[in-house]
Amino acid sequence: MSANVRRNWFLQGIVSVGECGLFFVAVLGALPKSLRYWRELCRQVWFVGAMSLVIVMTCGLFVGMVLALQLYYTLSIFGGTAALGTVVALSLFRELGPVVTALLVAGRAGTAVTAEIGLMRATDQLDAMSMMAVDPLAYVASPRFLAGVIAMPLLACVFNAMGIFGGHLVGVTWLGLDNGTFWGNMTSTVSLQRDILDGLYKSIVFGGVVSLIAVFQGYTAPPTSEGVAYSTTRTVVFSSIVILAFDFVMTAFMT
Amino acid sequence: MNPRPSYAIGTGLFILLGFAALAYLATQTTSVANIHRGDSYTLKARFQNIGQLKSRAPVKIAGVRIGDVQSVTLEPRRMDALVVMSIDKQYNDIPDDSAAAIFTSGLLGDQYVGIEPGGSPTFLKNGDELVLTQSAMSIENLIGKFLVNGGPKSSGSDSSSASSAPPSSGRP
Repeated sequence: MSANVRRNWFLQGIVSVGECGLFFVAVLGALPKSLRYWRELCRQVWFVGAMSLVIVMTCGLFVGMVLALQLYYTLSIFGGTAALGTVVALSLFRELGPVVTALLVAGRAGTAVTAEIGLMRATDQLDAMSMMAVDPLAYVASPRFLAGVIAMPLLACVFNAMGIFGGHLVGVTWLGLDNGTFWGNMTSTVSLQRDILDGLYKSIVFGGVVSLIAVFQGYTAPPTSEGVAYSTTRTVVFSSIVILAFDFVMTAFMT
Repeated sequence: MNPRPSYAIGTGLFILLGFAALAYLATQTTSVANIHRGDSYTLKARFQNIGQLKSRAPVKIAGVRIGDVQSVTLEPRRMDALVVMSIDKQYNDIPDDSAAAIFTSGLLGDQYVGIEPGGSPTFLKNGDELVLTQSAMSIENLIGKFLVNGGPKSSGSDSSSASSAPPSSGRP
C-alpha cells in the first residue's frame, strides 16, 4: 500500500509538471490578448516591482557589505585585497544579484500573487469573469506573468547597484582600501557583455519562472483556506528549488 | 477600472530607477568608461618578447595612463612582435628617442607598456615607431638563467656523482 501511495505521489508530481507546462503555453497564448489590459499590467509591475524595491535595496546593501567583509578577509590571506572591487562586482553581477533578487521576489510578490489568485478561485471570481466574457487567463494570469518578467531584471540591477555601493562602503570607507584601486580593478575586469548581460539574462528567466509558478499555484489551488495556504507555501518552495537549479544549468551553459 | 495615479507614478519611477541602475552598472563598473577615446594617434613598437601583454593593456608614462594597446601581431619576416598603441591626442609631445618597455604591475599583475621619455626636441608623430624597446621580463627566463649560471658548480658535482654512480650500481 505504501508503494501505491508513493507511486501516486510520484505520478502526481509528473502530472503537475505537465499541467504547469500546458499552463505556460496557455499563458503565452493569452499574452497578445492581455496587452489590451495594459493598465492591469502596469498595476502588476507596480506591485511586483515598485513594492519590492525597499526589501531589494536593503538586502542588496547588506549583501554587498558582507561580501566585501568576507572577501577582504579571504583575499588578505593571499595578499590580494586590491582585487576586492573586482570580486565583489563579479560575484554580485554573475551570481548573487539575480539569485537573491529572485528568491526575495518569490517570497514577497510570488506568495501574494498565489494567495490573491487562489482566493479569486475560491470565491468564484474567475468563473464570474469568464461568464462576463473576460478571459481570466488574459486578464489575471498573463499580466502577472509578464510583470514578473519585466520587473525582475530591473530589480536585479537595483540590487547590484546597491551591492556595489555597500561593498564600496565597507571596502573603502571602513577597511581603508584605496578608492582608485577599488574602482580601477573593477572597471578593467568587469565586462558588459560577459558579466552584466549574462546576469540580466539569468534574472529574466528567473522572473518568468517565479511568476509562472506563483500564477500556476494560485490558479490550481484547492478552493479552501487550507488549499490556498498550501499553495502559497508550495510557491516559495518550488520557486526556490527551480531558481537554484536553473541557476546552475544557466551558469554551466554561459561560462 | 482606471488605475489610481499612484500606480502609474510608482510603476514609472520603478522602471526609471531600474534602467538608471542598469546604466550606472554598465558605465561605471565596466571598461566602457575606458573605451571612451577622444582623439588619439597611433605609435608602433617592436619587441623580442611581449610576455603576457594583451590588447587593451594600458600604456603609461611615469605611471600615468596615456593610452592603450590596440593590437599585438607577429611580424613574419623579422619574427618579432609588433605592438600598435593608440595614445591620447593631448599627449602629443613624446620625444622621438623615448624607450618602450613592458612592465608588470605588481609581482603577478597584468602587464603594461611603459614609455620612458627621452630628451630629443622632436616629437613622435602618428604612425611613428619607438625604436628603443625592452622585452618583457619573464620570471621563467630569470629562473632559467639563474639555474644555468649556477650550473657549472652543480653540474661538476653532478658529473662526479654520475661518474661515481655506475661503479656503485655495478658493484652489487
